[in-house]
Amino acid sequence: MLVFTLALVMIIQYFVPNDLSLDTNEFLLKWIIIIGVFAMALGIWSLIRVSYEKIKRRVPGWQYPIATLLGLAAMIIFGFDYGRHFSTAEGLNNPMFLKFFLYIIIPIQSTMFALLAFYIASAAYRAFRARSALATLLLLAALIVMLRFNPYLGIFGQYLERTTSWLLNVPNLAAKRAIIIGIGLGSVATALKVMLGIERAYMGKD
Amino acid sequence: MKFKIWAVCCLAILGMISSGMAQENADTANRATTASISPPAPPGNLEPKDTPDDNGHSITLGWSLSPDDGAGNKSVLGYKIFRSTNRDTGFVERGVSPSGSKEYVDMGGAIPEENDYMPNDTDYYYKLRAVTSDSTVYSETGVIGPTQTTGEWFNRGRTLVLVFVLIFAMVTVFFIRKARSGAELFVRRLAGIEAVDEAIGRATEMGKPILYVLGLGTASDIATIASFSILGRVAKKIAEYQTGLIVPCYDAIVMTVAQETVRTAFLDAGRPDAYNEDMVYYVTSNQFGYVAAVNGTMLRQMPATNIYMGTFFAESLLLAETGALAGSVQIAGTDQVAQIPFFVVACDYTLIGEELYAASAYLSREPILLGSLKAQDYGKAAVIALSIIGIIAAQFNWTWLVELFKSAN
Repeated sequence: MLVFTLALVMIIQYFVPNDLSLDTNEFLLKWIIIIGVFAMALGIWSLIRVSYEKIKRRVPGWQYPIATLLGLAAMIIFGFDYGRHFSTAEGLNNPMFLKFFLYIIIPIQSTMFALLAFYIASAAYRAFRARSALATLLLLAALIVMLRFNPYLGIFGQYLERTTSWLLNVPNLAAKRAIIIGIGLGSVATALKVMLGIERAYMGKD
Repeated sequence: MKFKIWAVCCLAILGMISSGMAQENADTANRATTASISPPAPPGNLEPKDTPDDNGHSITLGWSLSPDDGAGNKSVLGYKIFRSTNRDTGFVERGVSPSGSKEYVDMGGAIPEENDYMPNDTDYYYKLRAVTSDSTVYSETGVIGPTQTTGEWFNRGRTLVLVFVLIFAMVTVFFIRKARSGAELFVRRLAGIEAVDEAIGRATEMGKPILYVLGLGTASDIATIASFSILGRVAKKIAEYQTGLIVPCYDAIVMTVAQETVRTAFLDAGRPDAYNEDMVYYVTSNQFGYVAAVNGTMLRQMPATNIYMGTFFAESLLLAETGALAGSVQIAGTDQVAQIPFFVVACDYTLIGEELYAASAYLSREPILLGSLKAQDYGKAAVIALSIIGIIAAQFNWTWLVELFKSAN
């Protein structure tokens, strides 16, 4: 009943543009933030407990949770700026916090993202093997799209450019749109099922 | 050598003198041009109207161009909009619209504490000034008003959306009722979902856990909600087969909901004792930190099956490729169109787009849930029919269908 009522309120809110409607939306969004803050405390507790268990049971790779817990503790301590700015974001300017962020977290993130290039190469190798007619078609399309960047192809490059443009704007876009339309309908159907209480598996119920 | 230095210095001095003279000449020319500007003809038909389909706090102004805008002596550079709550005094500049423009939306703030607050149900007066390159040479319209702003109770631009949602909801309810009455509903085979049972069986035989990744979406994302439903079904089967389950979470709220989903599923399967709260745990809300943690879990614990369901971004391939390298059976489903190719390449089975939303119904085989899938199919048929009508209409230059869809905002 609660799900149905709130879902109905949010649906009506979408069609009503006045201040009352927008304020209701904002109020409910603020609640999500408040719940998020409490959930974050539960999340951190979960992380500490799971890491502690791994260290205690000496599971394979038990050293990593130690690094996790040390990092977590360091960022919390520096983030609070030794307790002087508990209620403000001043701790974010703490030099040690910034050093941890700029010289450890950012390079690690960049490294992880850069790995994507190698993963794409290995995935492409698997995908572009001409095992069937469709896979061969995929390979040909990929070759055309990739070769258009080759600067030594001269006039031939222009044809590749046009073919690429057609591939991306006609068959590729058509398929994408079909998927997007399906997703839109699926979203509405799922929302209806949840709203009407037909779908309750997200609560673990049949 | 000395001669060369002298020559260079002389040339430099001559250059500076000549550039100074050129600048002086240009200034003289500009002054002459400025002096020759005569006031432009004022714009006409200034009409302020409450902006439709909004929460108020905004007025749309329309006008006809000054005869000297793009024609005549072409002296108009733009239009300045002035507003006041008093007909005679207190006009404040609200913005500038370039020459050739005939409309301006004067948007104020909706919060009283804001500097730009523009309360509704208040009289507003406007005047428009055609400006030239000389700030002292301009022409103005008379003061027009009063006009009031009002918050609307219905956004007419969304009428089409409302109609479609209502029709779709009715069709869905119709098929659900039909399914309840016991009618047989055919639903096409979804290989990815059929593989879930097989994958759980494989994990049980191998004595290895199943890794379930909910993606980077929040608990309010529809894909994550669909993923919770699938997790509920999967967790129930896992409880029955007594297999291990690992659910690392990116979002703390998602973790809380997922814990409850799995706990209730184990209870429902009659195995509450097998539930361990640490099956579902929080990792981090940092995208690549999360990837590192999940990839580490895959390589250390070597799960027999990896299930990725929900919203994924750049991490999709990093996760799926690592899973493939670890030799796990992989099933993925996402509503992120850009990530689907990565999953198709790296996973054994992929649910494409709306199949993610259909998965829970398919897993349960409940007629009521299958009824909603039929409604989706009819919805798609309607969209295909509309697309065909649109193509035909475009051949005959009938724009009514395009205009109809354009009206939605």
